[in-house]
Amino acid sequence: MLKQIEGSQGMAEAIALCRPQVVCAYPITPQTHIVEGIGAMVKSGALKGCEFINVESEFAAMSVAIGASAAGARAYTATASQGLLFMAEAVYNAAGLGLPIVMTVGNRAIGAPINIWNDHSDAMALKDAGWIQLYAETNQEAADLHILAFRIAEELSCPVMVCVDGFILTHAFERIDVPSQEQVDRFLPPFAPVQMLDVANPYSIGAMVGPEAFTEVRYLGHQKQIDALDVIPALAAEFEAVFGRPAGGLVRPYRIEGAETVVVALGSVNGTIKDVVDAERAAGARVGSVTIAAFRPFPLQALGAALAGVRRVICLEKSLAPGLGGMLASNVRMALQGSGTPVHTVIAGLGGRPITRDGLTRMLQAAATGGLEDVTFLDLNRPVVEAQLAAARRQRHSGPIAENLLKAVNHGPGPRRVPDRAAPGQTAPQEAKP
Amino acid sequence: MTEETTGSTPGPASPAAATQRVRFYQTGTHTLGNRLMDAESRTVQASTDRANAITSGHRACQGCGEALGARYALDAAMRAAGGKVVAVNATGCLEVFTTPYPETSWQIPWLHSVFGNAPAVASGVAAGLRMRGQKDVRVVAQGGDGSTTDIGFGCLSGMFERNDDVLYICYDNEAYMNTGVQRSSATPPAARTATTPALGAAPGNVFGTGKNLPRIAMAHEIPYVATASVADLHDLEAKVTRAMAICGARYIHVHVPCPLGWGSASHDTIRLARLAVESGLFPLFEAEHGEVTAVKKIRRKVPVEDYLRPQRRFAHLFRPGHEDTQRLAAIQAMADANIRRYGLTEEAPL
Repeated sequence: MLKQIEGSQGMAEAIALCRPQVVCAYPITPQTHIVEGIGAMVKSGALKGCEFINVESEFAAMSVAIGASAAGARAYTATASQGLLFMAEAVYNAAGLGLPIVMTVGNRAIGAPINIWNDHSDAMALKDAGWIQLYAETNQEAADLHILAFRIAEELSCPVMVCVDGFILTHAFERIDVPSQEQVDRFLPPFAPVQMLDVANPYSIGAMVGPEAFTEVRYLGHQKQIDALDVIPALAAEFEAVFGRPAGGLVRPYRIEGAETVVVALGSVNGTIKDVVDAERAAGARVGSVTIAAFRPFPLQALGAALAGVRRVICLEKSLAPGLGGMLASNVRMALQGSGTPVHTVIAGLGGRPITRDGLTRMLQAAATGGLEDVTFLDLNRPVVEAQLAAARRQRHSGPIAENLLKAVNHGPGPRRVPDRAAPGQTAPQEAKP
Repeated sequence: MTEETTGSTPGPASPAAATQRVRFYQTGTHTLGNRLMDAESRTVQASTDRANAITSGHRACQGCGEALGARYALDAAMRAAGGKVVAVNATGCLEVFTTPYPETSWQIPWLHSVFGNAPAVASGVAAGLRMRGQKDVRVVAQGGDGSTTDIGFGCLSGMFERNDDVLYICYDNEAYMNTGVQRSSATPPAARTATTPALGAAPGNVFGTGKNLPRIAMAHEIPYVATASVADLHDLEAKVTRAMAICGARYIHVHVPCPLGWGSASHDTIRLARLAVESGLFPLFEAEHGEVTAVKKIRRKVPVEDYLRPQRRFAHLFRPGHEDTQRLAAIQAMADANIRRYGLTEEAPL
């Protein structure tokens, strides 16, 4: 049924149609509307056979989901940002135990400085926790991916993280085709666990494994992800057959025929990228893009095939690996091993910084003329950064960086920004020694 | 219980046997022999039908109080729940020594996740079982004092305040024994641990620190809170049985001596547990909805010194010629305060 609703509400309705049995919730912006929506459906009786548990932390949210899933119930929770990091130990544990929990991550930056807006730092921090990671491009896909996620998770007995851009998707009102219960039931059978706490057939789950078998356990976890490279496209095809529209999959190339420059990105920014690709193509530039829909497992082969023969690749990343550059680029380079294709890292959209068509157009034009540095920060306010660096060189006690930068951005990088506390010629004792 | 009782003989009781006066002679321990008790009161361990939830072959140290307490507690829970119990375990000694995979001592469904989340995992198991229609299967969560009073405290408080249908049992051996005897918030004052060494002007753990988890549990006004000790296994079983008859969040805090961490003899585990109770340092009581409803009276009050002296973790209090009378008096004052607070002697009624 077509509805004009908030992204979070669309996801809540899709999740409810998956008949979850235990949903645990802890508030953190920007995922909160999703669990509020599910909670309301449980409270009103619209969603039956589901227990909604208000827990005391994200760590407890994932832990309750672990217990519920091990008891054989379909379990769901959602989080973002600090919340994902707070539950990190349990996130790894859920994957290690092979529990098919589905969790939405409303992607948001990680502090400090505290920031509630969108980027991918949170999901990237846990990219190697053993979970499958799917990234939604639109609100329709954000809803649909959850239906796929439960099916993928239970097929492989592996938890799935559905990554949706905070605010951009979670809070935007768009047209969403909410499927019928009959359709979802046809696609998603009842949960049949491969392991379960059962008094009729008792066994121990979560025992210690020593050096003699730990590598083998991890190998099988890796193999599960490799298997997912076949399962994800197969189920995406099945999804399209049942629901009449595509969703998920591994990679989605856009206008890459004959492209010299291809932009690779995760999530909702691909919409803007496609608009820019269209405009540049109309102007005669040979550009295209590839959406990575599944980041874990990483689709090395599918991506390598899509990027075969292009002259350069730009990874547009909403996260930063400080001291290295980009996580996405590091992964994409593996897909291009031996091809000699240069891969550029462009860090963009951190902490909710808008990624504009103008910025992307300039980026593509710089790339075409060979003027794109490997690690570029899109739309970086360089004067402000340089002023802070200069101030820090000038005096040891230069103060908190984040607060200094805010002042500089609001008042300009003038004398008000960093008040000099020491008189000229005076330096702190620790600076006196070279 | 008196030292003289009416016992029934094994097998079909004749009228004559039912009235026969039986005297028993275990005066040193106050232990009432099973054979002299009526069938209802006998320990579950005396029955060939016992669940053996934790069966033999585990790797606990000789004289481990936790292994003993857990076996009695789980088997009592199994009897009370008609054999339908799922156990959730925090990381710790009990988890490690029972599951040296591929071997496991657990004959009931058992789940271990991480150190600090056993109460939340148990809440999830209970919810999952309810949603799957298995309302008769009960959930017992368990951990040591480290996972209970420290790292898992947030999850435990959450489980309590939601009144989730979980019995949580803390086996309190008063330090992080699994990692090599480090201080926890259940470590008593003056006790030597690896992180509160017996060095300096005030050796051992600091006075005026630590938390009283049974009282914190009571402050949540959950249906049932009890303390128990491996010194009185009948009492432990009775409290587990009582807890299993109640729905909602329940908490039992069991005092379990640790020969390794306490520096005590393996054969002294029960004796030390009893001295902790009889000195007043570990009061045995039950509370319902935040109010104390029953206390176990001290039969023969002993000075705290009797309890402390056999333990090497307190050896610095008894150095020849340098006995730390000040700190011993402070510990005695704690015991006396417990006796007054809970009315543990006849002279100090509740």
